[in-house]
Amino acid sequence: MDDLEQLRSDSLARIAAADLDSLEALRVEALGRRGRVTALMKELGTLAPEDRRAAGQALNALKSVLAEAIDARREALREGALDARLAAERIDVSLPPRPEPDGRIHPISQAIEEIVAIFCQMGFTVAEGPDIEDDFHNFTALNIPPEHPARQDHDTFYFEPGEDGERLLLRTHTSPVQIRTMLVDKPPIRIVVPGRTFRADHDATHSPMFHQVEGLVIDEETHMGHLKGCLIEFCRAFFGVDDLPVRFRPSFFPFTEPSAEVDIGCSRSADGLTIGAGDDWLEILGSGMVHPKVLENCNIDPARFQGFAFGMGVERVAMLKYGIPDLRTFFDSDLRWLRHYGFSALDMPNVAAGIAQ
Amino acid sequence: MKFTLSWLGDHLETDAPLEAIAGRLSMIGLEVEAVDDPAAALAEFVVGDVVAAGPHPNADRLSVCTVEIGGGERFDVVCGAPNARAGMKGVFARAGCTIPGSGTKLKKSKIRGVESSGMLCSERELGLSDEHEGIIDLAGDFAAGTPAAEALGIGDPVIEIGLTPNRPDCAGVRGIARDLAAAGMGRLIPLDAAPVAGGFESPLAWRRDFAPGDGDACPFVVGRTFRNLRNGPSPKWLQDRLIAIGLRPISALVDITNYVTFDLARPLHVFDADRISGDPTMRFARPGESVAALDGRSYDLDPTMTVIADETGALAIGGVMGGEATGCGEDTTTVFLEVALFDPVRTAATGRKLGIASDARYRFERGVDPTSALWGAEIAARLILDICGGEASALTMAGAMPDHARRIALRKSRIATLGGVAVGDAAARRILGDLGFEIEDAGDGLVAAVPPWRPDIEGEADLVEEVLRINGFDAIPAVPLRAATAVPGAAWSPSQSRRSRVRRALAARGLTEAVTFSFMAGDRAEAFGAAPSLRLANPISVDLAHMRPSILPNLLEAAARNAARGTADIALFEIGPQYAAGPDGQTQAACGLRVGGTTPRHWAGTRAGVDAYHAKADALAALEAAGVPAHNLRIGDDPPGWSHPGRGAALTLGPRPLARFGELHPAVLERFDLRGPAAAFEVLLDAVPARRAGKGASRPMLHLAALQPVERDFAFVVDEATPGAALAAAARSADKALIADVALFDVYRGPELGADRKSVALCVTLQPREATLTDAEIEAVGERIVAAVRKATGAVLRG
Repeated sequence: MDDLEQLRSDSLARIAAADLDSLEALRVEALGRRGRVTALMKELGTLAPEDRRAAGQALNALKSVLAEAIDARREALREGALDARLAAERIDVSLPPRPEPDGRIHPISQAIEEIVAIFCQMGFTVAEGPDIEDDFHNFTALNIPPEHPARQDHDTFYFEPGEDGERLLLRTHTSPVQIRTMLVDKPPIRIVVPGRTFRADHDATHSPMFHQVEGLVIDEETHMGHLKGCLIEFCRAFFGVDDLPVRFRPSFFPFTEPSAEVDIGCSRSADGLTIGAGDDWLEILGSGMVHPKVLENCNIDPARFQGFAFGMGVERVAMLKYGIPDLRTFFDSDLRWLRHYGFSALDMPNVAAGIAQ
Repeated sequence: MKFTLSWLGDHLETDAPLEAIAGRLSMIGLEVEAVDDPAAALAEFVVGDVVAAGPHPNADRLSVCTVEIGGGERFDVVCGAPNARAGMKGVFARAGCTIPGSGTKLKKSKIRGVESSGMLCSERELGLSDEHEGIIDLAGDFAAGTPAAEALGIGDPVIEIGLTPNRPDCAGVRGIARDLAAAGMGRLIPLDAAPVAGGFESPLAWRRDFAPGDGDACPFVVGRTFRNLRNGPSPKWLQDRLIAIGLRPISALVDITNYVTFDLARPLHVFDADRISGDPTMRFARPGESVAALDGRSYDLDPTMTVIADETGALAIGGVMGGEATGCGEDTTTVFLEVALFDPVRTAATGRKLGIASDARYRFERGVDPTSALWGAEIAARLILDICGGEASALTMAGAMPDHARRIALRKSRIATLGGVAVGDAAARRILGDLGFEIEDAGDGLVAAVPPWRPDIEGEADLVEEVLRINGFDAIPAVPLRAATAVPGAAWSPSQSRRSRVRRALAARGLTEAVTFSFMAGDRAEAFGAAPSLRLANPISVDLAHMRPSILPNLLEAAARNAARGTADIALFEIGPQYAAGPDGQTQAACGLRVGGTTPRHWAGTRAGVDAYHAKADALAALEAAGVPAHNLRIGDDPPGWSHPGRGAALTLGPRPLARFGELHPAVLERFDLRGPAAAFEVLLDAVPARRAGKGASRPMLHLAALQPVERDFAFVVDEATPGAALAAAARSADKALIADVALFDVYRGPELGADRKSVALCVTLQPREATLTDAEIEAVGERIVAAVRKATGAVLRG
């Protein structure tokens, strides 16, 4: 029995000192088919029957002690190896992650999508027209006859006359799309028209190209009260100010009668401009009831149909809403500006989430 | 249009304060652009009677004055002025006033032991002049407490309105007064236009010389001669008013014509009658004729322009500007007055062609009251006689007053059905009456005779506007504009939505959206194939002279600007119009440009220089967002003109090119002063076929295979010129049922392959549907793939 005890203590000592490779060798040496414990088991048959039982029990006990020791050691070694691996695999988590694409949407596109999202709620659809227009659609059909003083305000860009003598021009407003729409579609009509517009003027507050959104409603009963309701709701939704004061002032546009300019309330301080109830006003829209002559020019009977039209400068409302100080910077394509004032691709204007987000 | 408050008072009897008048003007359509009230700074300063003045007990040069400002209020003031004395009237500022000259706030203080509770001011302290020798010593007999501004005669605020082109009547102070009176701001004072008796027949008689049908160039003209007058400086009140509105007083005669122009919107002209030879005649200019005008410049005229001529030729440009040769000077004693009507359209055209923006043109092109030809001759005569003396002739006239009478019906219901507000019939009649309309009952409403000074009133809607604007737009209740259905349909059309999706897809890929001008420099536009007809006739600069044939040159310029600011990596895109000749020449494109590296420098080494494949990926992503699956597209042969000839191509759908991409041609980069690498794409959004209507949101049924797919790799050796995509396509065609995917995953070149040869490796995915593939079956498919690729491209399996 002393041999067994010796074997046991020797084996346990070697197991305790073994690494994963030598541990397997030890297992084979002790418990394998030709292992020492296995050999001793085989020798049991040679013992006297009365000794066999006790020796067998002792051998079985030794076998399970060694097997458990080997398993425990293997587990310990594995854990140690994993710990060592994990320690070795340590990284500097303070390093910057790999760069991601970082594009931006231009504030003009964003503003137009926001404006359309609001008017969509009131049943408007989007219409568009060409930037290169003729005199009829840009002026005459809109009740702006040649040499009318209203034309002088438009600073029109012209092309050289064509073979037919007709001088094309760059549209000075989005209003020609009113004409194009009314000549094709029959009332009821409810459109908004975003687009590029052009005037030969370039200074701190004028750009030779800018954007407008035009609106047109034609049916049998829309009146000035609807014009007010529509534009008040728009202004409040767009700027996200529920009690925004909106003021309508009589004005003149050749294509509307009566005509109104629309102001929103604001206040000015050393910190800048705040949109909302205040002691000052900002003009942001032109509007009015469509002039009967314009309807006639589009073969729509003014005795039966009426409605309103409006137009706003996209850059202007974007400047006011997003706090952009300078008109000229819109077209500079300065990446620093675009990253600062631009919008994420995920910022889809959404009335469910609120347009003024 | 500028005027002063006291000038307005000549026509409007009112006690309304300046702010109320200004506020009301803006709300009746006469938008106030500026109010300059010089008296505002002196609002707290009053006339003070110095009732006692004695020496200061502790200072030789100071005196102590007792000042009374009315209502029994008295103040003791320590004063250093040598002219301070009992009995004088000065301008007094009490403690708390801000002194305009210095900006300091006056405080009650002790000066050398004597309390001083205010100040008697000098002109410099009031900001009126540099005079500081003594305090103001008012000469007039003003009661103590009178506002200082009134006593100093600087009380007249100037109001400027931005006049809309439809209101020629308000190009005169009287028209503005009439609107204000209608809006409840006072009473319109009747105009005295009583005839001035002529003492003699005018030696000059008006003539009109127009061909039949052209008479409307000057339908009616009135005049008269004045003799024995003196043309000195005009009186102070007249000079003050002209100076206040920014005009320079010249001489009494000229100032009178300017005054009537601004007072009554009635332009006049005065000729020195001694310098006119024969009768003054209205006619068109003759070819080659010119006039030296009053602005000191000579103008070449053409036969569309109306002139006032005599026997010697054209003297003045009708409705636009008088001539220098017949102008009135200090030695003028005989004057011929012109009070004419000119055609608005011709006057505007003449002024535009000659580049003259005069006060007369401004009024004639908007429309002058035709009756003013007669009353203008009377009012001008009275002013001339009052100021310059002399005597006036009887009137001379030619032509006839045009028929201006218009009667317009207004239904009672129309104010509500168009204007959205109920205005009582009596109120509507009162408003129209105050504005000068003559009202009669008719049918279910009224008929209004339009006053001659309102050429803008043409129909019922105009009458509605008149009532609404005077009644106030604020009175119109706002009514919600309801959509026809509670859940409205889409606002954007499919092609418009597509643009938005492409925009957001490109931004998500790291490109930043720019918006650039639709025009660009002509040479650059032409280099990109611009149509010559799309050159602007009147560009504001040579850099913005031609409609862009492509967005790309603008992005190249934008990239160069950004690079010059030190931005290394640039990724820009724009979605917008590009222009070709013809009615449908404007098309929508998405264009993108990447310059430098894909990402900033990074420790993980992700940075790569941009190349054609980045641009290709952008183009494919844009097309995918526009609804064109990438696998439907083919690579076309021809690279775009702006690209490296070997590193660019078109993407086509059937025969139709939808996009172009490539690395920028080095010559293009050089022209735009840009350092590469740079790659760009253009997607022709309007060429993308529309989604079939009625397809709905439903997807095709998904059939998931139950069996595992098998992947096999093949490496082929092929000529360098053979497109890799051709090998993949051939492999795919070998067994359309079994082959689910072919991926080109490696391209290798090496000496062992031979010159101009390359190895292309394909991974073919086989998807069995009914039973697991046997080795023999896989082997057989493999052979078919090799054969198909060899047949299509000449490629052989790499050994």
